[in-house]
Amino acid sequence: MKNQLFTAIKLSLACFILLVVIYPLAVLGIAQFTPNKGDVAFVKVRDKIVGARQIGQVFTQNKYFWGRPSAVNYDSGVSGGSNKGPSNPDYIQTVQARRDTFLVHNPSIKASEIPAELLTASGSGLDPHISLQSALVQVARIAKARNHSTEIIQKVVINSLEKSPAGTPFVNVLELNLALDRL
Amino acid sequence: METDLLGIVATFILTILLAWPLGKYISAIYTGAPHWSDKIFGGIERLFYKIGGINPKLEMTWQESLKALLSINLIWFLFAMFILMNQGWLPWNPDHNPSMSPDLAFNTAVSFLVNCNLQHYSGETGMSYLGQITCLMFLQFVTAATGMAACAVVFKAMREQTSQKLGNFYTYFIQSNTRILLPLALVVAGLLLFEGVPMNIEGKANIHTLEGNAVQVARGPAAAMVAIKQLGTNGGGFFGANSSHPLENPTYWSNAIESISIILIPIAMVFALGFYLNRKKLALVIFGVMTVGFLALIAPALYFEWQGNPAIDHLGVTQTLGNMEGKETRFGTTLSTYWAIITTVTSNGSVNAMHDSLMPLTGMSALLGMMINALYGGVGVGFLNFYVFIIIAVFIAGLMVGRTPELFGKKIEAREMKIATLIALLHPFLILLGTGIATYVAHQKPDIGWLNNPGFHGFSEMLYEYTSSAANNGSGFEGLGDNTPFWNISTGIVLILSRYIPIIGPVAIAGILAKKKHIPSGAGTLQLDTLTFGILMFAVILILVALAFFPALTLGPLAEHFSLK
Repeated sequence: MKNQLFTAIKLSLACFILLVVIYPLAVLGIAQFTPNKGDVAFVKVRDKIVGARQIGQVFTQNKYFWGRPSAVNYDSGVSGGSNKGPSNPDYIQTVQARRDTFLVHNPSIKASEIPAELLTASGSGLDPHISLQSALVQVARIAKARNHSTEIIQKVVINSLEKSPAGTPFVNVLELNLALDRL
Repeated sequence: METDLLGIVATFILTILLAWPLGKYISAIYTGAPHWSDKIFGGIERLFYKIGGINPKLEMTWQESLKALLSINLIWFLFAMFILMNQGWLPWNPDHNPSMSPDLAFNTAVSFLVNCNLQHYSGETGMSYLGQITCLMFLQFVTAATGMAACAVVFKAMREQTSQKLGNFYTYFIQSNTRILLPLALVVAGLLLFEGVPMNIEGKANIHTLEGNAVQVARGPAAAMVAIKQLGTNGGGFFGANSSHPLENPTYWSNAIESISIILIPIAMVFALGFYLNRKKLALVIFGVMTVGFLALIAPALYFEWQGNPAIDHLGVTQTLGNMEGKETRFGTTLSTYWAIITTVTSNGSVNAMHDSLMPLTGMSALLGMMINALYGGVGVGFLNFYVFIIIAVFIAGLMVGRTPELFGKKIEAREMKIATLIALLHPFLILLGTGIATYVAHQKPDIGWLNNPGFHGFSEMLYEYTSSAANNGSGFEGLGDNTPFWNISTGIVLILSRYIPIIGPVAIAGILAKKKHIPSGAGTLQLDTLTFGILMFAVILILVALAFFPALTLGPLAEHFSLK
């Protein structure tokens, strides 16, 4: 047994050098060839960072597209979902309250037009995207808040569609809102 | 949804196409015959043998292999406890995250040691970069290699005519690291980097959002860890939200790469068996049984996620994308459901959607994947679990035709059957006992604050936690408030028992069988590589799991499903 423990310690040391020193350094080396050199893809407006491309953020103003609800309120120092089960009565009430809030801010929209994903929290709490449908139901509100025609806002949405092989088209909320600010 | 369905079918087929040559490669490595990979890895391995004082030619008995396995695991446990309880003051901790409490450190050390990766902490606030890389990622490599090495010992035992010598455990272990896990991890990490997974050493960034809120953005050396967490069926994520986090799994393609990595080695190990024993048809029968089980779990899961939540339908909103609570827009219901099932049939346990918010019967499919724990299964250990089912099926077949049961020309007798039965029963015993005790405590102290959801779903949360622990899976119904001494210690004990006993048992059976006299096969020998035996194996799995778990599933997901309006 004693011999085996010594072998185990020596073997672990060798593994440690290969797997904990050499391997991460190699990955760090490869990272230097990526567009962001291994860092998060930050988005700048006039040389000031306003967010990260892949990380969602809170939007509450009427002139911006809103993202999905977040269990961590888009605090990207942490992450997580609501972990609410489908049968939880409190959860259904929360979704109902979100629906009502949405209807107040978007009076031209009927409840049956609201996609459920706009009222349900994502898994990470940092979902940077909304579905195309979720963006389109907000167009009228934004057009009014910005004094633009709905056609112009709609065009911004269509131009921002992500090129992903996923079946449901979606848009990045931060990029969409930056495009709005550039109008 | 049709496009996404096509996507997961293509992903699954691609995985099988990659697993076939990988299985051939793994088999060639464990055979030990000269191979082209010697030129690349031989040098570094000789260095390993020199440092460790190991003679790679020296063959070991099954008892010696197990002693070696347990000794090295003990060293890793002590090392992990030290790092986790001291990471607060150790270097490379840019976010000043604290050291772990003893019970949380025990749970975390054990859970990474047994290849489970149950996480009762969140990466962003609970781990230093030093801890993530030197402790957790280290264990993600070496524990996967441990499972593969144990599996290689069983492979060897199945091939030998009459022998006590079953290869060198250290050689299997080292080669699993150097020739299989490390090269694959480098490739996967490289691909993920170009999809946007971060790999840097700086702490959280402080930024102001477009609306002017001050927030932090967590980052760090994630890519290196994400690659091995998937390949080694570990599942322990760098960030709290695991692979639903947009930095851990940013795009459709990163999701596809990670999905492939989750089941690649588990499937390749089955094919490796076929190449190693030169019984490819048997490997295909085993793969067929696993795949039928897998499809039977995923089909209802997809159906119920697509249907969405009836309680939300009543709110009058449109639910065309299905049940999106806990899911990410870039994955949608289809890719998330595929992941939920592959991660639970393989003991991986990483998630790209929150399982607590799955529809009740989808949650049940995930639970069943872990209750069976041998449909593909964990790297190495998945086949060991399946081996137990094979022994039981052979025994039952023997009883049915009235002959002494044999496996590859070796008689299966009382001693081997006792071990196999014990292993098969240990799994439900640990899950149901744990859930029973927890339910009693939660009932006695209703304000204990464990459960995030009332009623049947609350029961499912507790059932899921013990099932995940006993299957060494690591996913969770994360609403459960599990960072308490009760959960940390009780699941820690379940983790230890359900890792080592199901490794020791099959290795012992295989070792005992290998020593026995070989009987040449004749006309009356049971043919294993047939459809009939495949159906029998499937029936054995179904009956054992249904008998053990059906009552518990009735109280949890089934009751919730029927009460959902």
